[in-house]
Amino acid sequence: MAFRRVTIECLCAHFALIAAVLPAAAQTIVKVGLISSYSGFVAQSADEAQKAVDLYLKEHVRDLPSDVRLELIRRDDTSNPEVGKRLAQELITRDRVQLLTGIVLSPVAAAIAPLTAEAGVPLLISIAAAGAAIPRMSPYVARVTVTLWQLGYPIGKWAAEQGGKKGYTAVSDFIPGHDSEAAFTKGFTDGGGQIVGAVRFPPNNPDFAPFVQRIRDAKPDVAFLWVPSGPQGTAMIKALNDLGVRQAGIRIISTQDLLPEEELPNMGTAPVGIITSGTYSTAAERPANTAFLTAWKREYGEKVIPDFLSVDAWDGMAAIFDLLKASSGKFTADEAMAFFKSWKNPDSPRGPIMIDPETRDIVQNIYIRRLERQNGKLADIEIATIPMVKDPWKEFNPPKL
Amino acid sequence: MHLSDTASAIVSIGFHGLAFAMVLYLISVGLSVTMGMMGFVNLAHGVFAMLGGYVLTSLMKDQGMPFPWALVGATLAVAAASIPVERLLYRRFYGGDELDQVLLTIGLDFMSVAAATYIWGPLQQPLQPPAWLSGPIDLGLQHFPAYRSFLILCGAVLVTALWLSVERTRFGARVRAAVDNLRMAQSVGIDTSRLFMATFALGSGLAGLGGALGADLLAVNPGYALQNLVYFLIVVAVGGLGSIRGPFFAALLLGITDTASKYLAPEFGAFFIYALTLAVLLWRPNGLFGRA
Repeated sequence: MAFRRVTIECLCAHFALIAAVLPAAAQTIVKVGLISSYSGFVAQSADEAQKAVDLYLKEHVRDLPSDVRLELIRRDDTSNPEVGKRLAQELITRDRVQLLTGIVLSPVAAAIAPLTAEAGVPLLISIAAAGAAIPRMSPYVARVTVTLWQLGYPIGKWAAEQGGKKGYTAVSDFIPGHDSEAAFTKGFTDGGGQIVGAVRFPPNNPDFAPFVQRIRDAKPDVAFLWVPSGPQGTAMIKALNDLGVRQAGIRIISTQDLLPEEELPNMGTAPVGIITSGTYSTAAERPANTAFLTAWKREYGEKVIPDFLSVDAWDGMAAIFDLLKASSGKFTADEAMAFFKSWKNPDSPRGPIMIDPETRDIVQNIYIRRLERQNGKLADIEIATIPMVKDPWKEFNPPKL
Repeated sequence: MHLSDTASAIVSIGFHGLAFAMVLYLISVGLSVTMGMMGFVNLAHGVFAMLGGYVLTSLMKDQGMPFPWALVGATLAVAAASIPVERLLYRRFYGGDELDQVLLTIGLDFMSVAAATYIWGPLQQPLQPPAWLSGPIDLGLQHFPAYRSFLILCGAVLVTALWLSVERTRFGARVRAAVDNLRMAQSVGIDTSRLFMATFALGSGLAGLGGALGADLLAVNPGYALQNLVYFLIVVAVGGLGSIRGPFFAALLLGITDTASKYLAPEFGAFFIYALTLAVLLWRPNGLFGRA
């Protein structure tokens, strides 16, 4: 594994310096703390992202200047914000990391953000995380993934414009669920629709049937769902199918979290035709995506499928590598933030992306996708592109001066 | 036939509540009997249910075994696995200090979390029922999910079989005798040690079956035993210790209340089931069918 090799080389470099026998070439070691949810209810998302991080290191470790070594210190927050906060504290005070990155769950990001302000250590959120307001909690937070307002607002508008009059929302009861519910509701009502009902279910392994039954009995035109990416998507699709919700004429709309690519083979044909908004699909025809998928398949084979979380983590690593290259590994927290604020990549696997200097959140294309069968497999086919979407929440809620 | 909105809400709640109640009953009845008979506080009972779920999903996914056979396999495997646990561990604590029993079994719960994570990984194991049990079926009144209809049917058959065997067979008579008065049962020549073992294995097997059948409702994941412990204990406490019938009505009450609160007032979370438990226990501290 590339990651291990890097660490070992780092250790060797340490010993060389301590021995101080040789006039060793000065090595700049950059310590980066990677906090992710390797266990707990979003462990699958963490795994999808970690594979991309490992792959990026393997493919690009040679691109770093020869005197710069990156030391990634991985920590498992167990899907628990308190644990995440403690780990961030330890990484900052004991390991003296210069950067924090990763973060699957928005409550973890929200717990860590105030620490980054106190300690002056930048956090680049690079796996998932909602909470449109999180970058406002600290000037040292930037995000390279997406906000659920970026996904929920456009699809709400789109659903209303497609003729949906009565809408229903059903979301997981924590920050990203609340964000996507609010975003869809605003988009849908701005587009002329009306929300006739809303329900929230527990975030951790719920039985969806009673909630889905409630949607079915309410008979809306459109039901917007949000579940954490992973096996819950499959469980939700199963509940929809078992209760005959789509057969009853209710259109299902969601974000990419409902249909993560690695879960599609478990879903049968039940979800064909579901419309989602997303930032990335493996079926997207872009040269950068083809290159990414080729590297992925070479490393992990055909059966392990990347999803949007993999690409988020991939882009997060790209931003950190760009920082190391531009600064030769020597940077202060403010210099790192200045760099991230103007970072852009015209050619990510998900298309052109840039970080908005004002909000430190990402600006990117949002794709409306329809799930279809393609070459015997399910694929999210992009049917419309909304170019370079800024986080709508921050535009509706300007900072109070 | 078309139902009004209110009627269809009531039917929906009743249906899903019944399905949940069947799962709760199958899992908890063994706990009630072993607690009533041996006075053993087995907080690790949920581990057997979890094991049933894992065996079922593994047999289907890895061995490609058809669903009905995998169900039988899961039940037998859990019943067999429970015998050494009873012989080697639990038996030493019968009649002992309740605190020791609680510490032992809660420790087993924590070990089950680590063991399940080690063997099956941290994620929930999805149940993929066969095609004939997927999708909705039309039962006249309304469309119902096929799998849950099957679940209710299975539960009803098992409950009837269980009641008949406890009321009508020699084995059942011995179990009732041992629950009523252990010393008297021993003095009339019932080998209570073997009876305990058989009852324990039966109760665990039923829990395994409940966990397997209910994998759709109570997600099979490493935290299973602790996450659902409260449900099982409520069924036993509200139903009354040592009873076969009590837990059924308790499970029904809990299943329907839980479903109704999810359907009608999801923002209250689990508030209503705890309020109900409190009310029942204030009214009848020994449970609905418990003896003072």
